[in-house]
Amino acid sequence: MFDFLDLEQYDLFGAFWTTVQLTVYSAIGSLIWGTLLAAMRVSPVPIMRAFGTAYVNLLRNTPLTLVIVACSQGLYFTMGVSMGASGSENIAFRLAVLGFIIYTSTFVCEALRSGINTVPVGQAEAARALGLSFSQVLRLVVLPQAFRAVVAPLANVLIALTKNTTVAATIGVAEAALLMRDMIEREAQLIPIAAVFAFGFIVLTLPTGLLLGWVSKRVAVKR
Amino acid sequence: MSDAPLTKDPAESAPLAEDLVVLESVNKHFGALHVLQDINLTIKRGEVVVVIGPSGSGKSTLCRAINRLETIDGGSITIDEKPLPEEGRELARLRADVGMVFQSFNLFAHKTVLQNVTLGPVKVRGISKEEAETKARALLDRVGVGNQADKYPAQLSGGQQQRVAIARALAMEPKVMLFDEPTSALDPEMINEVLEVMQQLAREGMTMVVVTHEMGFARSAANRVVFMADGRIVEEAEPHQFFDNPRSDRAKDFLSKILQH
Repeated sequence: MFDFLDLEQYDLFGAFWTTVQLTVYSAIGSLIWGTLLAAMRVSPVPIMRAFGTAYVNLLRNTPLTLVIVACSQGLYFTMGVSMGASGSENIAFRLAVLGFIIYTSTFVCEALRSGINTVPVGQAEAARALGLSFSQVLRLVVLPQAFRAVVAPLANVLIALTKNTTVAATIGVAEAALLMRDMIEREAQLIPIAAVFAFGFIVLTLPTGLLLGWVSKRVAVKR
Repeated sequence: MSDAPLTKDPAESAPLAEDLVVLESVNKHFGALHVLQDINLTIKRGEVVVVIGPSGSGKSTLCRAINRLETIDGGSITIDEKPLPEEGRELARLRADVGMVFQSFNLFAHKTVLQNVTLGPVKVRGISKEEAETKARALLDRVGVGNQADKYPAQLSGGQQQRVAIARALAMEPKVMLFDEPTSALDPEMINEVLEVMQQLAREGMTMVVVTHEMGFARSAANRVVFMADGRIVEEAEPHQFFDNPRSDRAKDFLSKILQH
């Protein structure tokens, strides 16, 4: 039944490895950019708040496929931005990571913002009363507690991101979904092929969810 | 609790201005509510001023306005001859010199007791971590929670948390300490352990502004009692004069309600 699984012909592990790489790079980038966005959205500077709000509402409501295609068509083919890569495969990979960061960071930002709301206002006041600056209050007191409160929601974002990386197939990144499309075209066993790839994603996402669920309990702030 | 001083000897520094905190015709509104009405108040160096009054009289707002946790609409506040600056680096620098203790303790929940006390000195004053920890442990010993240094705030009782909060403020070596109802969230049996620390501070010559309902503390520790009602300072007097012989009807009424039982 699984005789279509010719690993000589189809680089299944290579494809899933690309998926993992897409996920890891995008996750790191989204965490950093998402944190900066959240900082902007709670900052006392009106123009930063306005930018953060506009960015999040615009990108969060744009289909991911559109963001990824815009990165490829708009940035590379129109403006020639290749992000320092050469070779179409590499360029597509980097543009896809950029697209995922642009998109996923909005969800990171909103998860973090809900975490910021779990930190009692008095703690930020006490920090300000000590003479800490706004960015110190955020970095030393508010965000560390906010992150601990949103590990579980961030796990959701990470799992969604892992599955969203399949959209990179639309701009030709050789990750799992592209290989699946390839195999479906050549082989007859549609359902087993789908099952193999579904299983592959579960192998990636299920442990992520379990691990972060455990971390979430470990780091929770006692009040 | 040892009898070692909680603060540095106030006499060691150069000549200082007599008036440490000066409020001049301070006004503040919350929407239609005029919470601070033409407040004039001067706090001298080394003075302990206790602010009392009914709920909603504006005493907490007054206390919070002194380090600009509440902004004011009119008038001026100066601390050590410097007017309160706008939000920013200058204000942060000034706040470092003004210690604040809150009703709800507001210890940083993700940091240990020791880290709570060292955070300000290390990040604001820029002193080394080792030095800050040595000083922090000494301060924690003096407020009687030295053996709790490595615990998290949630593992401490309210009274212990509030004493840590006092140590945290003292670690910055402030010029003045503001207490915003420091014992109002405490169980009755924990109130005394906090008041004792405050009494000791007062004896050592710390300049203090204390918003409280603890009349015993006002009587014994205050140099001056400020009675507020409806956003105004109704009466200012020495404690024995205020409690034994209040001049205003509003103060007589207030005292009759709280001292009868």
